[in-house]
Amino acid sequence: MLRHFRENKSWQGTLLVLPTLLWMVVLLIIPLLLTLVVSFGRRRADGGVIFTFSLDNYIRLLGLQPDCLNPFVCFDPLYINILWRSISLAFWTTVLVIVLGYPLAYFIARAHPHRRNTYLMLVLVPLWTNFVIRVYAWMMLLREQGVINNVLGWIAARLGIPFEPLQMLYTPGAVLVGMVYEFLPFMILPIYTSLEKIDLSLYEAAADLGANPVRTFLRVTLPLSAPGMVAGTILVFVPVMGTFIVADLLGGKQVVLVGNLIQNQFLSARDPTFGSAASLILMVLTLIVTYFYTRKFGFGKEIVAA
Amino acid sequence: MNPYHRHVFVRVATILVYFFLYAPIVLLVLYSFNASRTNILFEGFITSFGPLKMQGSLVVQSPCGPFHWFCELAQNREVRLAARNTLTIAVISTLVSTIIGTMAALALQRYQFSIKNFAQASLYIPIIIPEIVMGIGILILFSQLFELLNNAFQLQGDARLSLGLGTVIVSHIAFSVPFVTLVVQARLQGFDKSYEEAAMDLGANEFVTFWRVTLPMILPGVLSGALLAFTLSLDDFVITFFTTGPGATTLPIYVYGLLRRIITPQVNALSTIWILVVIVAVLLLQQPQRRETR
Amino acid sequence: MTEFAVELRDVVKTFRTPEGTLLNAVDHVTLQIRNGEFFSMLGSSGCGKTTSLRMIAGFEWPTQGEVFIAGKAMGHTPPFQRPVNTVFQNYALFQHMTVYQNIAFGLEMDRVPPAEIKRRVGEMLELVQLVGLERRYPRQLSGGQQQRVALARALVKMPKVLLLDEPLGALDLKLRKEMQLELKAIQQKVGITFVYVTHDQEEALTMSDRIAVMSKGKVMQIGAPVEIYERPSNRFVADFIGESNFLDGTVREVEGDYATVYVPALNAEIRGLNTGQVRRSESVVVSIRPEKVRLSSQTALQNNSFVGRVTKSTYIGADTHVYVDVRGYLFKVWEQNKISSLDPKAYYTIGQEVVVNLFPENTLILSGM
Repeated sequence: MLRHFRENKSWQGTLLVLPTLLWMVVLLIIPLLLTLVVSFGRRRADGGVIFTFSLDNYIRLLGLQPDCLNPFVCFDPLYINILWRSISLAFWTTVLVIVLGYPLAYFIARAHPHRRNTYLMLVLVPLWTNFVIRVYAWMMLLREQGVINNVLGWIAARLGIPFEPLQMLYTPGAVLVGMVYEFLPFMILPIYTSLEKIDLSLYEAAADLGANPVRTFLRVTLPLSAPGMVAGTILVFVPVMGTFIVADLLGGKQVVLVGNLIQNQFLSARDPTFGSAASLILMVLTLIVTYFYTRKFGFGKEIVAA
Repeated sequence: MNPYHRHVFVRVATILVYFFLYAPIVLLVLYSFNASRTNILFEGFITSFGPLKMQGSLVVQSPCGPFHWFCELAQNREVRLAARNTLTIAVISTLVSTIIGTMAALALQRYQFSIKNFAQASLYIPIIIPEIVMGIGILILFSQLFELLNNAFQLQGDARLSLGLGTVIVSHIAFSVPFVTLVVQARLQGFDKSYEEAAMDLGANEFVTFWRVTLPMILPGVLSGALLAFTLSLDDFVITFFTTGPGATTLPIYVYGLLRRIITPQVNALSTIWILVVIVAVLLLQQPQRRETR
Repeated sequence: MTEFAVELRDVVKTFRTPEGTLLNAVDHVTLQIRNGEFFSMLGSSGCGKTTSLRMIAGFEWPTQGEVFIAGKAMGHTPPFQRPVNTVFQNYALFQHMTVYQNIAFGLEMDRVPPAEIKRRVGEMLELVQLVGLERRYPRQLSGGQQQRVALARALVKMPKVLLLDEPLGALDLKLRKEMQLELKAIQQKVGITFVYVTHDQEEALTMSDRIAVMSKGKVMQIGAPVEIYERPSNRFVADFIGESNFLDGTVREVEGDYATVYVPALNAEIRGLNTGQVRRSESVVVSIRPEKVRLSSQTALQNNSFVGRVTKSTYIGADTHVYVDVRGYLFKVWEQNKISSLDPKAYYTIGQEVVVNLFPENTLILSGM
């Protein structure tokens, strides 16, 4: 028996992977399938689910009504707008995070090896400081009576200029700043990982072949760090699409994203079927984006590094 | 040519980005020592020790002196419960996910079996799917399952299954396991099989080989996987938000609930403690790496 | 006790290649390794020598056939139950254990009492000259020292057979030569059977009592170094070990130990030793080592002498490598420089006319394949 087990490598492998696989199937795959089933259901008066096959929720998401499918008569862009807002916010967050994160990652990667770890640790501290706490920091900064307004007011008073506190909290801008702040480390780390792998002699070779620093950067550094940016983009874009606390705390009622819509359906509106449909749409959207993105640029190992 | 030369633009940008990263954090810490209860302006530190004395919203004197808000936080029973829950969840989910994740990494890296590709692919689900999608999926699973079981067994009162610590722990394991597995797998990739063959050759059976050779050699990878699982669990808000129930509030959930109503220096005090813990953890993490590079 | 320390009986090992086809890494190998002998398996990479070694160690099981160690069929016995130990190519020293712990590991596995472990590890450290380094970690040692630890770790268990998988491959040339002599000395001292895998023919010739030359999973020849070099049994071995001039031909006549072969390339007959046991009108290969070809200014032999022209001459210190064109066939001739001279003419010049003499007792007739 023992001997049989010892020699059956296939069995051993299956047995070792089984607990993990069980978790993946029961808590990831089955819930996704359940979400799909529920999204075709109808809402019960007490917030439960009537299992049936109805496309009502998807019709509503498209801005139409189940009994009025003519887009020229009863098109309501509410949900389409929310989706679009989420995508464009995720897009701009990603762009800003690359612009801010790249120089820092480059700085660390080209720092003396003895100091690299320290610089990296400095990125890890904000990353590991709790997500909610980091949002709170920006609430303190952006409030009407917050730090920024106080500092501006103090400067204005010194200069003798009349000052009205700026409305910064509960604006789309506040949500964007919050998202960038939350997800910046997720871009820095993978870019750093791919930059660090570049052999320093490549820079010397490029210089030797007559490339100036700008050309070296464009022709050598940037392409070689692309896998890091791809990984970073997935690590930023996907969660930004689904996050709801940043918009909730920094955007208030002004900025509603898909995440907020979904959360709302499960907690206050008590319509899990509509929430499920919205959630699936969100998933499909992110999958489409990451699919095309990774198909174009490849799916790097850098994801694990972060 | 100095290979470590960086353009002035890079240096300036770096300083600005570090400032952007740290200014809010420094402010949080500073305000946790604020004398003002409304926490709008920084009104200075609470300088004197003694029985609590207030002037308007200003705390002038406190038994804890400058650490007034930390003392208030420590006396907050809800915070203590939330802290205990958070740690319980993190410790259990880290233990379980590290063990089963390491097993899975070994299987995926060393063995050939029929469901290997499927298992490997399933690990990427939590990375490419927004957390909220997972969160509500798990919520639907538990609520439907519990409804079914409660009705089937006619469970009443306390016996009724409901969301709580158990559901949170199980869900945390679900999103931690893939990360542990991928981290350990990356470590195993550079691991030469001949070390294990050498052990077996010298008379160690499979179990002794694992304990005395394989595990010690991949331990750094396993530990960084565990650390990752622990921080993911501590940090998690979304999944917890959908899977938690009465009495199972964690710190992030508690803070979120608080922030929707009031802003109090207690939250700053909590943030300061959290940041301190993170700094200590980061420094601890650097130690083994230092030894390795030597 | 049987005469053989290790025996492979008709062993086949089949692997699936990444393309999905099947490949016999070891293809019907039968060989016997005697007790106390230094036995080498020699061949280029992919010849099956390492796979054979791994099957003796127990890391792989034969697809077909059987491995015997000390007369016992091994079947699927796992490595930890076999009386053999291995020195790995990359040493495979446990990085998290000290030198002492590495060497003691195998004894601990056998539940040897601590006092005895201490004594035996001490003896080993002395044998491999590492006394004083027992508390170091492997990464704090030089390549040569790591190699000695690997050897000590395997030897301390006093296995019936010690398997060595290219253990000197990672060392530089000078150190390698030193270690070759030392390994041989250690083997003679401890009297354990060594099975040594290498792709370095010089290494194999220096150390071994017997060598198995392997190619494409098959054993091409087994014999003492002098047999392998002086009496290769086929063209592959003659070509792989050292160098040879080969001429294809057909047997015209067989007389006693000699045979006469018609070689179309020279349109002439060559007489040589019938080492291949060839028969009349068989297709054969005539093989002669470059250093055994004699050059002269006049025809020295009745047959086997051919007039040619020097096309290239390279002075390389001890020898001069001369290439002689005989009717379109290029002979390689290594001439020893027995006379010290600065005159270029002393070392053959291009275009010079010379006679190539193939002495029949130095010329081998191998069966053609």
